Amino acid sequence: MSTEKIQQELGDVAIKIRQMHKWYGAFHVLKDINLDVHSGERIVVCGPSGSGKSTMIRCINRLEEHQKGDIIVDGVELTNDLKNIEAVRREVGMVFQHFNLFPHLTVLENCTLAPIWVRKVPKAEAEATAMQYLERVKIPEQALKYPGQLSGGQQQRVAIARSLCMSPKIMLFDEPTSALDPEMIKEVLDTMIELAQEGMTMICVTHEMGFAKTVANRVIFMDEGQIIEQNEPEEFFNNPQNERTQLFLSQILNH
Amino acid sequence: MPEQQYEPGTHPDLPPPFAASGPVKWVRENLFSSPTNIALTVLAMFFLYKIIPGMFAWTFTDATFVAADRNECRALNSGACWAFIAQRWELFTYGFYPETERWRVIITFVLFVATVILLLWEKCPGRQYRFIVGALFPMVALWLIVGGSSTEAALMAYAAALVVAYFVYQRFGHNLSARFWFSLLAFVLVAIGVYTLWTAMGWSMLEHVSTDKFGGFMLTLIIGVTGITLSLPLGILLALGRQSNLPIIKYACIGFIEFIRGVPLITLLFVASTMLSYFLPPGTNFDLLLRVLIMVTLFASAYMAEVIRGGLQAVPKGQTEAADAMGLKYGPAMRLIVLPQALKISIPGIVNTFIGLYKDSVLVIVIGLLDPLGIGQASLADTKWQGLSTEVYLFVAIFFFVSCYAMASYSRHLEDKLHTGHKR
Repeated sequence: MSTEKIQQELGDVAIKIRQMHKWYGAFHVLKDINLDVHSGERIVVCGPSGSGKSTMIRCINRLEEHQKGDIIVDGVELTNDLKNIEAVRREVGMVFQHFNLFPHLTVLENCTLAPIWVRKVPKAEAEATAMQYLERVKIPEQALKYPGQLSGGQQQRVAIARSLCMSPKIMLFDEPTSALDPEMIKEVLDTMIELAQEGMTMICVTHEMGFAKTVANRVIFMDEGQIIEQNEPEEFFNNPQNERTQLFLSQILNH
Repeated sequence: MPEQQYEPGTHPDLPPPFAASGPVKWVRENLFSSPTNIALTVLAMFFLYKIIPGMFAWTFTDATFVAADRNECRALNSGACWAFIAQRWELFTYGFYPETERWRVIITFVLFVATVILLLWEKCPGRQYRFIVGALFPMVALWLIVGGSSTEAALMAYAAALVVAYFVYQRFGHNLSARFWFSLLAFVLVAIGVYTLWTAMGWSMLEHVSTDKFGGFMLTLIIGVTGITLSLPLGILLALGRQSNLPIIKYACIGFIEFIRGVPLITLLFVASTMLSYFLPPGTNFDLLLRVLIMVTLFASAYMAEVIRGGLQAVPKGQTEAADAMGLKYGPAMRLIVLPQALKISIPGIVNTFIGLYKDSVLVIVIGLLDPLGIGQASLADTKWQGLSTEVYLFVAIFFFVSCYAMASYSRHLEDKLHTGHKR
C-alpha cells in the first residue's frame, strides 16, 4: 500500500494493528491481535503476567518483531525496512519498567542525545528544550547529576522527560511504576496524568487501576496472548463481561 | 558518661566515636587483632629486618658504580656491579642505532612523552589540539626514527596530498559529491607526483636507519606503543563483528579470534620472520620489524576482542533497547551508548592485555631482534663481564616494572574518573 493511501484510510487512527501474530520459537505469544488507537486516546492494557501485554506494545516500535499481520503506526507500516522502523521510532516514545537511563551520561545529556543525533537539533536548542521538559517533570535541579544519584521515581520522571524531548506523537509505557517503591509511584503517575490531560496518545501497560479509572478512555484486558475484553473504564471495572476478566479483577482489586 | 536522651524523631547527626578511626585503629585491627595475628606480625617484621638491610647494602652501599671490568668491580666492593650497566647503558637504550643519529631517538621520545601527557592528562593546556597531535605524532616518529628518502617521500606525499585535497574540497565543485571526487582525484595525483619526484631526486633530510639496527628499550617501546594503540580499535571492531547479525562477518571474526588465540605468539613470530616470505611474491622485501608489529598487534587484538566482548555482554539489554526506541541508528547507538559503558567495564581487562603485550615483546628475541633482554644476554657473553646476570635481569625487570606499573596506575585513575553511580 502507498503511504498516502494508508493515511487516507486511517483518518485519525494513530496505531492500527490487524490480525497480528507473534511466536517466540514454537511458542505462540500473541494471537490474532486487532487494535485501533485513535489520536489522543489513552489506553490501559492489563492482564496477568505472561499474557503478552509488554510484547504487544513492544511490537508497536519494533523492539519485538511480529511474524504475521500488519502494524501501521502514524501512517507507516512496520516491515523489515529499516527506514520505516526508524521513522516509527522517531514518533513513538517509550518508557520502560527499569527506566533504562544511560548511566554514563548526565540527566541533561540523556535528554538531549536523541534530539541531537536523530532529529539533528542544535545542541543549545536541545538543551533548552530538555530543561523545559525537566521542569515539567519537576526535577530541573537534577539536570547535571548522573542517573545513579537519583531516586527511582526521579529516574523514571527523567525517562519520561527524555522521551518527550523527541516530541513524540505516541507514548508507550511498559509497566512504568512496577519497579518503584510505593511512595514514588504517585509522583510518576502524576506526571503521566498530566501528560494524558494534555492530549498525548498513550498506551500504558500497568497494574495501577486507579490510573486506569482516572485517565483511560479504554481498558484492554489480555490473557494468553489474546485481547479478551476491552471497554470504557467504568463499564470495564463495574461490569466485566468475560469470566477471566472477572477473575483477574477480583484478584487485584480485593486484597 | 550517660548517653544523652532525645525525644523520638529529634535525634541529630553526630560524628563517629573517636576510637573508630585513625591509624591506631588500623594497626590494632590489621596487625594485632589476635594472638596468631600478633605472632605473624612479629615473624614478618623479623624477616624484613633480616632481608632489607642486606638488599639495601647489595644494591646501594656495597655496590660499585664505576669500574673497567668485573674483576675490578669485585676487588672494589662486595655488592652489585652497576658499572657493567653504566657501561652498556647506551646499548640497552638504543640497541645498535648509529651513535651519530641517536639524537633522533631522544627527540622522538620527548615528543612521545609530550603527546602522552597531552592525550591522557585532562587538565593539560592545549588539550583541544590533542586529536591533531595524536594523528601527527606517528608520522613524525616514523620520519625521525626510520628516516631515509623513501620514508620521507611517502610522508611528504601524504601530507602534501592532504593539504591540496583539503584546498580542492573547499574551493572546487558545486555539490558535495563532485567536491568529494575532485578532492579524491587531487589527493591521488598529488600523492603519486610528490612521491615520484622525491624518490627520483633522491632527496633526503635524515639518513635512513635500517630497522634491524633497532634494539633495547627503544625497540620495546616501539613494539609496545604500536601494538597498544592499534590493538584497541582493532579489538573493538572484532568484538562488534563477532556480535554481528551478518553470518559472514560474524564467522570471519570468530575464526580469526579463535585461530590467533589458539596459536602461541612465538609461532606467529616465526611465521612473521620466515614463512611470510614464502607466501609473498618473490622479491618483495617486507621489513622484519613491520612484520613483527603486525603479528603482535593481531595477537593482542584477538585477546582484546574477547575482553571487550565480555564488557559488551555486561551492558544491560535495556540500554540498546532504549537507544533503539529513540530511533538511534546502530553506529551512534554503539558509539554513544554501548561502547562507553562496555569499555569502562573492560578497563581492567584491557590494561591487563596491554601489559601482557608489552611484556610479550621480549619474545622477539627468538627471531633475532634484540630487545633489552636480548641485549642483556648478549652482554653477559662478554668475557670481561661474565657472571653478572643478577644485575642485568634486575635492571631489565625494573624497567618493565616501572612502565607496567605506570599503565596500571593510570587505569585505576581512569576507573575512578569514569565512575558515575554509587560505588559498589
